[in-house]
Amino acid sequence: MSAAGEVRRTHEGSRGAGLALYDVTVRHHGPYGPITAVDGVSLEVAPGGTVGLVGESGSGKSTLARAIVGLDRPSGGRITVGGREYPARRAAERRRWGRQVQLVFQDPDTALDPRMTVRQSLAEAAGAFTRLDRRGRERRIAQLLELVGLDAGCAGRLPGQLSGGQRQRVAVARALAVDPAVLVADEVTSALDGSVRAALLGMLRDLQRRMGFAMLFISHDLAAVRRVSDTVAVMYLGRIVETVPADALPDGTRHPYTRTLLSAVPSLHGGRRPAGEPLPLSGEAPDPASPPTGCRFHPRCPVGPSRRPGRDVCAVQDPWHESARVACHFPYPAGDGADPAYGARPDADGA
Amino acid sequence: MAPSPSSPSSRSLRRPSRGGDGDGGSRPSRPSRSCWATPMGVVVLAMLGSLAVLAVAGPLWWGHAADRPDPSAVLQGPTGRHPLGTDHLGRDLLARLLASTWPSLLPAVAATLLGAAAGITLGALTAVVGGRARRLLGAFVNLLLAFPALLIAMFFAALFGAGARGAVFALAVACAPGFARLTQTLAAGVAGTDFMAAARVLGLRRHRLLLRHVLPHVAEPLLLNVTVAVGSALVALSGLSFLGLGAQSPSYDWGLLLSQGLERVYTEPLPAVAPGIAIVYAGVAFQLLGEVLAKTATRHAAPRHAEGPAPPPAPAGRRPASPDHVLEVEDLRVALPAGDRTIRPVRGVSLALRRGEMVGLVGESGSGKSLTALALADLLPDGARATWNAHWFLGADVGSLTRGERHRQLATGMAMVFQNPASAFNPALRIETQLTEAVRAHHGTPRDQAVEQALVQLRRVALPGERRLLRSRPFQLSGGQRQRVAIAAASMLRPDLVIADEPTTALDVTVQRQIMDLLRRLRRDDATAILFISHDIALVADTCDRVLVMYGGTIVESLPARRLADGARHPYTRMLVASVLDLTAERDGTPPTVEGPPPDAVGTDPGCPFLDRCPQRLDRCAVEGPVPTLLAPGHEVACWRPLPLAAPPGQPETEEAET
Repeated sequence: MSAAGEVRRTHEGSRGAGLALYDVTVRHHGPYGPITAVDGVSLEVAPGGTVGLVGESGSGKSTLARAIVGLDRPSGGRITVGGREYPARRAAERRRWGRQVQLVFQDPDTALDPRMTVRQSLAEAAGAFTRLDRRGRERRIAQLLELVGLDAGCAGRLPGQLSGGQRQRVAVARALAVDPAVLVADEVTSALDGSVRAALLGMLRDLQRRMGFAMLFISHDLAAVRRVSDTVAVMYLGRIVETVPADALPDGTRHPYTRTLLSAVPSLHGGRRPAGEPLPLSGEAPDPASPPTGCRFHPRCPVGPSRRPGRDVCAVQDPWHESARVACHFPYPAGDGADPAYGARPDADGA
Repeated sequence: MAPSPSSPSSRSLRRPSRGGDGDGGSRPSRPSRSCWATPMGVVVLAMLGSLAVLAVAGPLWWGHAADRPDPSAVLQGPTGRHPLGTDHLGRDLLARLLASTWPSLLPAVAATLLGAAAGITLGALTAVVGGRARRLLGAFVNLLLAFPALLIAMFFAALFGAGARGAVFALAVACAPGFARLTQTLAAGVAGTDFMAAARVLGLRRHRLLLRHVLPHVAEPLLLNVTVAVGSALVALSGLSFLGLGAQSPSYDWGLLLSQGLERVYTEPLPAVAPGIAIVYAGVAFQLLGEVLAKTATRHAAPRHAEGPAPPPAPAGRRPASPDHVLEVEDLRVALPAGDRTIRPVRGVSLALRRGEMVGLVGESGSGKSLTALALADLLPDGARATWNAHWFLGADVGSLTRGERHRQLATGMAMVFQNPASAFNPALRIETQLTEAVRAHHGTPRDQAVEQALVQLRRVALPGERRLLRSRPFQLSGGQRQRVAIAAASMLRPDLVIADEPTTALDVTVQRQIMDLLRRLRRDDATAILFISHDIALVADTCDRVLVMYGGTIVESLPARRLADGARHPYTRMLVASVLDLTAERDGTPPTVEGPPPDAVGTDPGCPFLDRCPQRLDRCAVEGPVPTLLAPGHEVACWRPLPLAAPPGQPETEEAET
């Protein structure tokens, strides 16, 4: 297969190569016993499609990303790409898993080896699973740089000589060098400035159209997630509490947690916020080592038992089950989302 | 690696505004030659050169004389023919000393290299193997370290059998654990990095991980240690020879010569002292080599001390500060030395803050917004120089204050909240100490009263369990909690101005919202002026009264926040606004972005800083920097050709089409 053919793999070429997670659980060893960072996550990313995964820090997003690419070992559940399961047992096959799944990291400052030139980093990735001669390698590097919109002169530079946005582009090129079926993007834009961020998102979308990989786009930035995803999955304390088509954001969301996340997104047009906006989240995220009983969100919920009478069931019974689209006893009505019991923003004293 | 034609230093200096620590550490060290030109460098080179010449030429010139026995001159003292005397077979001791340079140095170098190779491999392995193997390896290394090195060397020398070869191996075994431990510690820092994780995901084999990623990062300090270790090995080997465990007759080295000379040291000191001097000479040469290498490695990282901290050339007697302004600065400039030139990240910023006003300062990385803040707070890094036309803070002319007055004025009247709450606190001190130390120092408040004030402030930032919190240390808090404590700490002295430099960039949206609400409340309750620095234009529009847009070290537009979405007139502001992703933006279509290279940090060009990226530049823009012009009340633009107002938001393309 020629290198050019590999890059422009069509949608059909990677047919059936999407990512699927079934009931994936990841436990860490905490100082006071095991912590279940990811608790029974099931989701599917179709080839050529994007699922956005949102949630606060500590919700288990990054742990899930590491498990998908094989950096953390799940303690339960199955991870498959194109129907093939993650080969947990055999070291040699585990190594080849990277052929299928690649990860782009959050911080462009540390994602690249500061002592390797862009050329060296890309050559290493391009040669990781396919043997290339010198000329093939040079061609491939030029191709990859063009793919991510960098000029060929960047090849000789060290990461320290590139801007943050350029570094992140190199990191994307490195991940795509093996032509993976699945790309996991873990907070790739959160360290970048607004305009650079927008450009990177546009590029990811464009590359996906050209190469057909499935993408899991992890971020706490809902605006970015909405921009690049087809489906949005919202994670809270290790669990997915709502799955919703990206088109439906912001008004079609139903889980109070999703609503609080959405209400916190700053907007240039201060007045045009989604209607029926709930209170901002209060309190700290609970300790995942001992999650609250009942609904895990109930102590912080803006429409939960502490704010609304007669909702005691939230504190007792867990609304979450594996196939639930909205893990909530009292979800907002679909469609408009205005909750009549809500007034204006309580903190509207600002600008 | 080909050095890039572009300016690496200017690029790296563009970054301090966001996560400024990321760059300095990751920049590759380029050894400079200058250290070799110092007196110490010359001395080291001369010493090593003389040793090298002796090592090579010694056996050739003196080898014959050294091995020729002379029964007529046995055990002589120093004479004209034999400056150091002769040994028990009548051989010339000076010739033997010089001829044995090679057999003395070679084993020391060999033993060090062998030991270093073994130790470094062992230590570096810990970075690439799995968890259990790592723990076992670590335990093994620690176990080896528990034994004194010289004891191990003697034990193994006896085990391997007396002789030069045995001594080399023994010494290698002895110095390996030290290298293993050092490498392990250094490699642990590399093992946790994202680029190592990325390499693992690429399925690279362990030896590739070791060679490509781990070793290059730990090479520098290890190299220094190897050179120093050669010196120690030389001494240790001589010791072994002296003990009879090293070189055996008829071969000889400095240690053996020393041991033989020692037998008659009371009658003839010189035959013993001379080999000792040789050993010390070579040992010192290698130690000094290590020193010079270490200096070479660290020199580029050392801060450069330029003209001293900010001597403000304040032309006294300018117009006085206006009474309702907390802070007023006119034509603020900051110059930073970078390598052999000076860059100007801030080039003429003028701003004023009223009491109780919240002003946003937006711009991309490298626009100079953070350095502006640091200059206002007199916290510029070493070597940076700030100058201004006028600088009033709380009615006082900052330039005319003495250093002590200035510090006191700033410490009590101004507080800063930084981007990274994790590093803004001293991790070793309790929150209580860090919250109360400023009031206790500046207001002389007794401790109990200071603690009471701290509790009030913590309650204000909505942190429950204040008393318990006071006793905790920063690492026990989450990022959001730490940032709230930082705001509580900032408001302890009831400052008139709070400068918040990207205080929410490291935080989630929900926590960001809480922090912004807090800042707003601070402003409302205490009438504190807030200068809010951010790259997030939507956040600034959402929370501030007025927005200053910064580009290339200048303020290009200043306007009321509510006009930002529709009323921006500068092409750069318009581009920033258009590139905002928010929940109401169109989902399809590529988001407009700011095209083109960021501005040159050297900043000597006369024209507009936005010239290269401007879609509608005029000829005038290249030669003459635009002057801020008042377009409407509270709306100033520095542009020769401001965009017309009519354009709908988010579509600067319509204006671009005009050009």
